[in-house]
Amino acid sequence: MSSVSKKVESIQSITPNSILKVKDLSVGYGFNAVVSQIDFELHTGDLAAIIGINGIGKSTLLRTLGNMQPPISGEIRIKERLLPSFKPKQLATTVSLVLTEAIATKNLTVAELVALGRQPYTNWIGTLSKQDKEQVTNALHLLDLEQLQEKKCYELSDGQLQRVLIARALAQDTSIILLDEPTTHLDLYHKVKILKLLKTIAKKTKKTILFTSHEIEMCLQLCDTLLLLTGNNNPFGTPSKLIEQGVFGKLFPSDTVSFDTKSASFRIKK
Amino acid sequence: MGSLKTYRLTFLLLLLVLFLSLLLNISLGSVTIPFKDTLGILSGNLANESWSYIIWNYRLPKALTAILVGSGLAMSGLLMQTLFRNPLAGPFVLGISSGASLGAALLIMGSSFFAGITGFALVNDVTITLAASLGSFSVLLAVMAIAIRIKDTMALLIIGLMFGSITGAVVSILSYFSDAEKLQQFVFWSFGSVGNLSWLQLSLLTVIVFIGTSLSVLSIKALNALLLGESYAQSLGVNLKKARYLVIIATGALAGGITAFAGPIAFVGLAVPHLARQLFDTNDHKVLLPAVIIYGAILMLLCDVVAQLPGSASVLPINAITSILGAPVVIWLLIRRRKMAF
Repeated sequence: MSSVSKKVESIQSITPNSILKVKDLSVGYGFNAVVSQIDFELHTGDLAAIIGINGIGKSTLLRTLGNMQPPISGEIRIKERLLPSFKPKQLATTVSLVLTEAIATKNLTVAELVALGRQPYTNWIGTLSKQDKEQVTNALHLLDLEQLQEKKCYELSDGQLQRVLIARALAQDTSIILLDEPTTHLDLYHKVKILKLLKTIAKKTKKTILFTSHEIEMCLQLCDTLLLLTGNNNPFGTPSKLIEQGVFGKLFPSDTVSFDTKSASFRIKK
Repeated sequence: MGSLKTYRLTFLLLLLVLFLSLLLNISLGSVTIPFKDTLGILSGNLANESWSYIIWNYRLPKALTAILVGSGLAMSGLLMQTLFRNPLAGPFVLGISSGASLGAALLIMGSSFFAGITGFALVNDVTITLAASLGSFSVLLAVMAIAIRIKDTMALLIIGLMFGSITGAVVSILSYFSDAEKLQQFVFWSFGSVGNLSWLQLSLLTVIVFIGTSLSVLSIKALNALLLGESYAQSLGVNLKKARYLVIIATGALAGGITAFAGPIAFVGLAVPHLARQLFDTNDHKVLLPAVIIYGAILMLLCDVVAQLPGSASVLPINAITSILGAPVVIWLLIRRRKMAF
């Protein structure tokens, strides 16, 4: 018994802050795997992106990690614990989400929406405690939403709404935040702004942030690690390591787009 | 979320309006009783036997029924609108009133069909209530059985509407073969009525509405999470299936019980949540639920005053009055859609 616990301890000491660990995972619908052989590990304060071409299964993987759909095979561990062993309420205090689907009603003020992130902590009727209110204020402050907090969500621009949704996830105070395409529908400036915000949040709050994205070049500049989904062999690592491996050159058909290793950007073939 | 405190003044005003509507409702009727004397009888300071009888055994139970009916239907309308994320959902989208109609129709009009087999079927207020409850309960059970099987809440909405169509069709067929007298009896039931309830029936209805209200209060937190959509609600720790059952059972108890006792009463459930949202400008169910309870009661009391045609002996069908007041509200909501508070 004691040798087992010692062994567990030693494993933990090798990876002291492993937050999310995915092993040989296949995701998809029913029996049809969309992507398989996914392996990666994220640590405290990591900003990581899942990248890949359209329809490769980025969102499916994210939904699986958020426990919104079951994996086909393989295992997901959060803080060394298997994902299925989490009770709904425990998971709600461990993983928060920002999704692409529109919120059901936009007739909520910014402050009300962010406060909904505190639901896993509030009592049976949802009364906000002093601590809950502090967390909401902090989240609003960190995403620079104080001036907007009394505005209704239908009055906001896409970029502002995305910030509000991130603030809501932040108020949920979880170790992991999963975001599905947080930069779609945004212009270049707002894309950069959101990604830089995510970076700041990860570093400031020591949360692990994982998001899906099409913005490969931006992710190469900003993320700590990247998971490139290709279907069966899914490379994972730091941007420089992945560039070294030359995985981006094969991403798109070479007669239309090529990858320039020096500038870490894609070039259109004329 | 905006707290109840923010809206304290609005709530006090609404309660005052509710109290005044109650007094107005009780003091007006086919028999003219001066307002001062109505108060005297209610406070026990005036002894006029016939007036006292009218007020205690006719007008007061009717006013209380109107309150229960209005509040209960408004609550179930609110629950359905949030669950289905649809501003046009109402208490009867799950086919509950159609089920009640089928029950009542089978008893009233079917009794002539099966007269040869069953002999003489007893058609009175009590049996109609029973038949209507059985009807709405069976439809509710069928909907629940399907709710277990399907994941998509929107599909549930369509299935509820389909049940409504089926039962509506069966009622049509029954009506086609019925004689004029039975048909008239059924049509009168479908007009709805908040009168004619004995104190015993009223207490039974009170218990049902109380249970429905308690379940609604228990659903408040989940309903607020559902404002973000089902995926977000789930990620906030809400057990979607449990929340869905709770909401369906609450609606079933409220809308089913009320339809059994008062007949199918249209539009209150659909219109009141929208009216409440206009006044309170929030979607927080901690505020909206008490708001629709009071609002629904006021609306039903006032509709009943209009239906009574004070001073005259005739009574208009309450279902027609609620629709006449309710339909323009829906139209008005659609016209100012941009600002539709949903």
